[in-house]
Amino acid sequence: MASQDPTAVERFINGILPENPVYRQLLGMCPTLAVTGAVKPAMTMAAATAFVLISANVMISLIRGLLKPHLRILVFTLTIATFVTIADRFLAAYMYQMSKQLGPYVPLIIVNCVIISRCEICSSKQRVGVAIADGVGMSLGFALALGSIATVREILGSGTWFGLPVMPESWPKWGIMVLPPGAFLTLGLLLGAAEWIGRKRAEKAKQNR
Amino acid sequence: MDEQPTRKGYIGQAWLVILLSLVYGGALAGVETALRETIAENKRRETYDRIPVLVPGADGDKTREVNQADEVIVADADGNWQRVYLAVAADGAPAGWVLPAGGQGFADRIDVLIGLDAQASTITGLYVLDQKETPGLGNFITSEALFTNQFAGKSADDPLTVVTTDPISGSHQIKAITGATISSESVCRIVNRTLATFKQPIRRRALQGGKATAQAPPGPGKDTQ
Repeated sequence: MASQDPTAVERFINGILPENPVYRQLLGMCPTLAVTGAVKPAMTMAAATAFVLISANVMISLIRGLLKPHLRILVFTLTIATFVTIADRFLAAYMYQMSKQLGPYVPLIIVNCVIISRCEICSSKQRVGVAIADGVGMSLGFALALGSIATVREILGSGTWFGLPVMPESWPKWGIMVLPPGAFLTLGLLLGAAEWIGRKRAEKAKQNR
Repeated sequence: MDEQPTRKGYIGQAWLVILLSLVYGGALAGVETALRETIAENKRRETYDRIPVLVPGADGDKTREVNQADEVIVADADGNWQRVYLAVAADGAPAGWVLPAGGQGFADRIDVLIGLDAQASTITGLYVLDQKETPGLGNFITSEALFTNQFAGKSADDPLTVVTTDPISGSHQIKAITGATISSESVCRIVNRTLATFKQPIRRRALQGGKATAQAPPGPGKDTQ
């Protein structure tokens, strides 16, 4: 059984593109839609999620031998909630304005399915090294997804990137892009693009074989 | 799971959960202890930043100077006490008061700042300092246009009531946010309760006139002079 599980390197690479949590698994849609109006909050959310994901993966992997099957979800939730609270307090102490801007979305990391799914799929079954690689890979994939959506929305909607002006003064800011509909439009188009690229690559691989 | 679970069986099943709860609880207590003061300082800084907006005529720098030199603590007859901020104009004349308040909202605790005029008879403004209400509904309590602008000009003596229809102008009615009546009522309840408790102590303090008077030793119940 264990020999069929992906290795650390495979876990790491899978997390970034082949099994990207947003574009491939369609998990974590709440932060993906809610905090991607600008790159800065999106990256803060990605960093907070990465902290929780990697910490929870390590913790669960360390105690995986002790888990009772019917109590495992409870242990996952307890662990995730603890790390989310720590992340929330740190943001409130050291990034106060950002913490206010993200508001309830930081505590809502608790219900981000990306994290609990990694606990279930990977870290409750594999060693710590693999769990770390998996956590880092998935975090990078999540950051990539949030970053790409936020980049499109901030540039088109505000004419800036990371708060720096990148579009000419005359750029008519597309206000809709920073509003909720812009999140759905961007996500839909980028999802379509990711799917299209994925199919092209699959076709190419078939021809080469 | 055929056997009848015994007490030992329960512990055998749940010991990891119990142990983890204790460990995590301890870790969170540690984090909270380490960061509490930094977070409180962030809130104080934001409070000072909001005072000129909440109290017309107040000067931010002068207010900070006066309040940092002397913390004003008010207490009621029952021994409830809390810090208030005396908002002063640039020349040091009192312009009003800012009263921090908090209580349970729909989702989590709501913290607000209430601005009062110099006699503590009229509300001059309201600012939501911290909230975790439902995004898209309850979090509109932070919106000036939708919600908080309604508080300025209301009398501090009449308890505010929340209505879902258009409020009668000049009354003490506050229009609830559509879809977030509980959040709206929570804010009004926090304001009503805090004003009922602390408006008399503040008025007594205001009658002594002038500056953030000096010698009041900060501490519970010591503010009866």
